[in-house]
Amino acid sequence: MELTLWTYEGPPHVGAMRVAASMEGVHYVLHAPQGDTYADLLFTMIERRDRRPPVTYTTFQARDLGGDTAELVKRSIQQAVDRFQPEALLVGESCTAELIQDQPGSLAHGMDLGVPVVSLDLPAYSKKENWGAAETLYQLCRGLLKDLVPPPGTAKPGPERWKQENRRPRVNLLGPSLLGFRCRDDVRELRSLLADHGIDVNVVAPLGARPADLIRLPAADANLCLYPEVAGPLCSWLERNFGTPVVRTVPIGIGATAQFLRELSSLLGLEPPELREADRSSRLPWYSKSVDSTYLTGKRVFIFADATHAIAAARIASRELGFTVVGLGSYSREQAREVRAAAQELGLEALISDDYLAVEQAMADAAPELVLGTQMERHSAKRLGIPCAVISAPLHVQDVPARYAPQMGWEGANVIFDSWVHPLMMGLEEHLIGMFRHDFEFVDGHFSHLEGASAPALQPPATAAGEAPEVTPLSATPEGGALRWTASGEAELSRIPFFVRGKVRRNTEAYANERGVAEITEETLYEAKAHFSR
Amino acid sequence: MALTSTLPPVLRESGQREVFCGLTSIVWLHRRMPDAFFLVVGSRTCAHLIQSAAGVMIFAEPRFGTAILGERDLAGLADANEELDRLVGDLLARRPEIRTLFLVGSCPSEVIKLDLAKAAERINTRMQGRVRVVNYSGSGIETTFTQGEDGALTSLVPLLPSSPDPQLLIVGTLADGVEERFLTLFARMGLESVRTLPPRQSTDLPPVGPGTRLLLAQPFVADTVRALERRGAQRISAPYPLGVEGSCAWMAAAAAAFGIDPQRVAEVLDPLAERGRRALEPLRRKLEGKRLFLLPDSQLEIPLARFLHRECGMELVEVGTPYLDRQLMAEELPLLPEGTQLSEGQDVEKQLERVRASRPDLVVCGMGLANPLEAEGFATKWSIELVFSPIHGCDQAADLAELFARPLNRRELLQWN
Repeated sequence: MELTLWTYEGPPHVGAMRVAASMEGVHYVLHAPQGDTYADLLFTMIERRDRRPPVTYTTFQARDLGGDTAELVKRSIQQAVDRFQPEALLVGESCTAELIQDQPGSLAHGMDLGVPVVSLDLPAYSKKENWGAAETLYQLCRGLLKDLVPPPGTAKPGPERWKQENRRPRVNLLGPSLLGFRCRDDVRELRSLLADHGIDVNVVAPLGARPADLIRLPAADANLCLYPEVAGPLCSWLERNFGTPVVRTVPIGIGATAQFLRELSSLLGLEPPELREADRSSRLPWYSKSVDSTYLTGKRVFIFADATHAIAAARIASRELGFTVVGLGSYSREQAREVRAAAQELGLEALISDDYLAVEQAMADAAPELVLGTQMERHSAKRLGIPCAVISAPLHVQDVPARYAPQMGWEGANVIFDSWVHPLMMGLEEHLIGMFRHDFEFVDGHFSHLEGASAPALQPPATAAGEAPEVTPLSATPEGGALRWTASGEAELSRIPFFVRGKVRRNTEAYANERGVAEITEETLYEAKAHFSR
Repeated sequence: MALTSTLPPVLRESGQREVFCGLTSIVWLHRRMPDAFFLVVGSRTCAHLIQSAAGVMIFAEPRFGTAILGERDLAGLADANEELDRLVGDLLARRPEIRTLFLVGSCPSEVIKLDLAKAAERINTRMQGRVRVVNYSGSGIETTFTQGEDGALTSLVPLLPSSPDPQLLIVGTLADGVEERFLTLFARMGLESVRTLPPRQSTDLPPVGPGTRLLLAQPFVADTVRALERRGAQRISAPYPLGVEGSCAWMAAAAAAFGIDPQRVAEVLDPLAERGRRALEPLRRKLEGKRLFLLPDSQLEIPLARFLHRECGMELVEVGTPYLDRQLMAEELPLLPEGTQLSEGQDVEKQLERVRASRPDLVVCGMGLANPLEAEGFATKWSIELVFSPIHGCDQAADLAELFARPLNRRELLQWN
């Protein structure tokens, strides 16, 4: 049993819904009690979809439990097939139905439905949404393709077969789904990027695919695993059974996009991409080199997201924007290894957690100037008075913008530059604020005239986790005595930028405690500063 | 009964229900009682439901949470009980301001028969009065949407002190401002002893006894009423305080029950009613003759339909309700126009077919259905807004009508050429 206040991921059957709703011609019959239909609003409200997700719920009630719920399942399946005439049917259960063990999958297989049926076994008490999406996509493709798997020992076609077949190379784009971050626009951006390099798109799945498209998956020369959270298991299965090689580099950011193109070209036997393509195609490199961006140097950034976006963000922040990454983590336990490796490269220990309070605490401790996170971190950052840009699901309706705003490819890099830098003070602006900060008009905590910056929290947060870094004039020493800040110490502390003030206060107090100093003067503060900067 | 002669038979449907479960009511209950914590004992789905139902609109520091059952808890109930005690202990240690803890049962906890009443008893003993622990079920297999509030209030009834004194007890959550307004108006009529359930502080529980008369602010508190009646209280039969007519009748019924001079009641209510009707007039012009289809959701559908028909002139195509409680609707049903088609329960696909066939001007529905219906060309109003907005009382009648006029106004405003 685990206490959860807000959760990063829904249950695994919501992942299955994401796959079903992303596709055309698929219907999902979900054995679930009344109330589980709430999940429809994720699609109709957050994604602003103009149609209901293709899901039929059995919505059983307590009085049905005394009778024959299996009969209810069969009736729901038959009605769904009759009404929606799907090209493939997914059958599964939510957490409560799992307990009553009606085995809806077996029931469906026992019926003569005339459509392919894929039974989903998604353990609701141990797995979560992204796992459910990945498993559903994998099971659906496996169900549709299993009879087409070449017998063991058959020679696998090489990634360069397009040359013999006298056609352009073609690839699958795997993983984009509804409720994923900017997937719709990433697909458009990648289609255009690949077209520029003479590469065709064979199938995009699950977003926009029909079951018949999934049957064409093995015709690709390579699979692009764009969102490993959703496409990882499918890519591995296709590689094992059809020999389709996988490109696992996710093209988010300048370096990753260039690396992705190099890998793909070399795999397909294409000319290597031109070296200056990034400079020609994206403004991020020049914007980052321009003089105003000098002020971005060393900005402390805290990153928490799904694995795909957290890893990409760490690379962009540290290498392409010159930020200092002070925290990196993810709620994607399945990809924890990759996130840990990325953190280690930056000299950090990754935070792998799905407890948003622990994340908020880590954020407060790291004293960042910018937070890159999910909707959860946006709220935590707001409480702590730190600017934030959202880079990953879970989403809010505002993370599904009307405009074209990809994350992947060259245009994605432009979007990222704007959306990460705007919440911060721009260079000249910061300079002026530094100059005028002692004027009476100056309001401490001013970030920017640009939207996205949040005002600092006026009151200490009421959360248990929300220890207020700035409002503890008296701190207990380990011996139980009290540390006192003198007027000069306080005055000096107030001159320190607010976003690191909490950390300086803590460091100074730790230093004072260590030395047995009871009174903190301005000199103590500078001694501590010198001590910690060694 | 008059009902059967004027209304056609109720359409009873069973099929897919596009309605939230009772856990959803935690979203407004926890705001009503800032010193209470609602701990759902359930699954990740429960946590995700509350977050999705609430998170679209608000992100307050939550005073609700979910104790998510894991595989180990399912394997052995003994362990589950121990785990729950541990988790509650941690929670209460971290949140010392909490005075009342609601343990809220869910579909999975009901199915595995986790005894939350026993758990509450156990924890109560351990807490020695520092925190009161009660329990109820908000599970989707037993409750729909607003019924969760009924369960929460019912669980408080045994804690209410006894008093034989005459008092009016308003049952069901009202917005704070609306409630204050009602208290002021009752005081003007000379009705001073008025209490509310739920109270604004979970520890400030109203007394109950033979002198208590119950006035229902919400139509979904049937179990609470029965529990209060067992403690000697008597229900005042009245329509619900939606619209000028409903609100006046509601207040007048309370005044009558306490023998207040009708002359004095009229002195207080008549100017309000007159002003309320004046405020409604422009909205009535907008809504008059428009055809309304209400899908079952909040249980407020029947009183709303009555208001929108009688005071705003709307035509009722179909009035759906999750369940029909004839006793609590006794004053409402006769006010519906002859021939009103009521439906109880839901088969959402069939009901949507009826929506498409009848082409109403406005559909009241849940959030899962609103955008798809808009995309099909129907104006919609989210029903969940009705449980979050101050809509009760004469002074709010125009605001309430405006919620329904807005989607129609908007359609007239938008133009693309």
